[in-house]
Amino acid sequence: MKNIKYTENRVKFLLLPILVIVVGIVMLFTRGFNFDTEFVGGIRMQINVGSDFENQEIADLVTEVAGEVAAPVVQKIGDGTQATIKMSELDDETKTKLEAAITEKYGEEAVMSVNSASASFGAQVQRKALIYTIIAILCILAYIAVRFEVKSAVMAVFALAINVLVMMAVYAITYKPLNTTFIAAMLTVVGYSINNTIVIFDRIRENMRGFNAKKGHDVAEFVDRSINESMGRTINTTITTLITVILLNILGVNSIKDFAFPLIAGVIAGAYTSIFVASPFWAAWKKAEVENKKQ
Amino acid sequence: MKKKSALLLILTLIIAIALNWVAFVGFDVSGFKYGGMFDEERGIRKGIDLAGGSVISFEASKENPTEAEMDIVEAIFNARLMNAGYTEARISRNGGQITVEIPSVTDTDEAASLLGSTAKLTFRDADNNIVLDGATDIKNAEYQFGQASATSASEAYVQLTLTTEAVSKFADATRKAAAESEGRNYISIVMDENEISRPSVKEEINSETCIIQGDFTPETAQQLANQIKSGQLPFELTTISKETIGAELGADALPTSMKAAAIGIIIIMLFMIIMYRMCGLLASIAMAIYVGLIALVLGLMRVNLSLSGIAGIITSLGMAVDANVIIFERMKEELKNGKTVKASVESGFNKAFSAILDSNVTTIISCVVLYLSGIGTIRGFAVTLGLGVVISMFTAIVVTKFLLKQLVRFNIKNRKLFCA
Repeated sequence: MKNIKYTENRVKFLLLPILVIVVGIVMLFTRGFNFDTEFVGGIRMQINVGSDFENQEIADLVTEVAGEVAAPVVQKIGDGTQATIKMSELDDETKTKLEAAITEKYGEEAVMSVNSASASFGAQVQRKALIYTIIAILCILAYIAVRFEVKSAVMAVFALAINVLVMMAVYAITYKPLNTTFIAAMLTVVGYSINNTIVIFDRIRENMRGFNAKKGHDVAEFVDRSINESMGRTINTTITTLITVILLNILGVNSIKDFAFPLIAGVIAGAYTSIFVASPFWAAWKKAEVENKKQ
Repeated sequence: MKKKSALLLILTLIIAIALNWVAFVGFDVSGFKYGGMFDEERGIRKGIDLAGGSVISFEASKENPTEAEMDIVEAIFNARLMNAGYTEARISRNGGQITVEIPSVTDTDEAASLLGSTAKLTFRDADNNIVLDGATDIKNAEYQFGQASATSASEAYVQLTLTTEAVSKFADATRKAAAESEGRNYISIVMDENEISRPSVKEEINSETCIIQGDFTPETAQQLANQIKSGQLPFELTTISKETIGAELGADALPTSMKAAAIGIIIIMLFMIIMYRMCGLLASIAMAIYVGLIALVLGLMRVNLSLSGIAGIITSLGMAVDANVIIFERMKEELKNGKTVKASVESGFNKAFSAILDSNVTTIISCVVLYLSGIGTIRGFAVTLGLGVVISMFTAIVVTKFLLKQLVRFNIKNRKLFCA
């Protein structure tokens, strides 16, 4: 652990997240994202069939009542006896008929939840989510630029961007639904990743006080040492955070699982990028600056 | 000195236990009663996704409605909800959007039509002139069941009480209508551009009350009376999203999450003790205080706890010990560099502080922005995570430092036992 040359091998370390992102992009083109009704509008029903079933059987029931325009997509959830049906917007009357048809076929308690949103509402939520994520990142950036330096802010965001892309890739690969909890998961990871990066930057800031280019000090060596010195904390905090998130993923209900799994990936990616991306790339930049000054 | 420290350590432990007892089980002291955070009346409110019910969001059809107009909408919504018996309903607003959560009600469409209709009631003559306006001329509206007149059969109808000025206006209008030719001698009663009834007028009516008859069932008559009574919305509202959640869907969410949290807390405590020995033990006491404090705050604030809020709390548990980890790692280094235990504690805290502050401030920044986004499910998450971060800074820095100071007085020579 002590002899890893983070700065020297920074491009090699970047390959792993890039690989995940590439797989994500491939999945995105073959299957796309699993957008939930909150983002694109339409109706989502969660029903409890009570026994094993064929997805087609439920899809047929929906088109029989609501017509082909409903375009139902059925997905099994939980232990396989429950389903989520997503379809396009329907008028209240058709929706009521459909609910009646489902309760008639699968029992009084079959309809567990119904969620309908207009397409414009969905677009609005999407836009809002994007805007507020960007605002949050910009505020954090400004804070880092003030407390550290602009270079640190840029590199923190570079690591963050990789992190966000890895999360998106995980959503594409696992086909987890993109809804408002997706935004919450994303922002937790944004906060967590920055948090990790800052703790390492803090150590670099402290160690760099003793830095003197004239004495032949090497930025890369200083940064690599700082990363190693804060490694214990990075690993242990990642472990304590992962403990609860993994437990949520094991014990939680479906909608919590949808949140927990991407978070596991995000927390690991957050630790990885703050160790292997943010600091080494900052070091390379700083080194170039120091060498420029020398000449 | 040692005795005093031991006493303080034990006292803190007792406080931690008492705090958790109050937060989760509650107390009943001379009239002050609190049943813990799960107290149905005084503790957290369960969000719709945990308790089941309906969530309906409306949007003003008008661009940029003013705060005052939205206040009127909210007041009318409150009145309609109360009249319909949905006393547990909660309303939240964000600009021109208004969201209503109604626990245990699963007939979402009916609730949406009750709340969302403008309820503009007008009485018009044959030339479509407005003779009475529901917003200004009607004092009260009551649902009635019985014979509307001596000769008719029993039916559901709505009885209106008019204001004093309206009585004379109505008398004028009915006199004029009675004088009209056959086929034009009526007053039509219109609700949101739908004609509900068109009674023909034989003579001037000079009375405080009048009746709306139509094809009513008791329910529709009751709803109409409710809408008239609670007033008319300043503009039309469109339903932008509706959600119905069965009670059984969310029923498992809270207990399973609590189980995950409980197991998580135990594992984290064990982890801290294994990694940091005595220091880890103190961090565990600090964490117990953290858990008690956050449960108490959530309960006393009557936070509306939803699934995303639970996710926020449980995520914050793992992060809560982060400050301790940063401090202890720092102390370990200082110990390795040959400093005394006391000096290591001091410089560990001092050197770790900037990292703890900066990393927590960034998390708080994103919580604030998330809260401002106004997206319901995200708000719950931002509130609980933000609370968690602030409280954990207190427990991990103030409480742990206090405990460590006491521990230092024991003069533990074995550095391994002190902090690995």
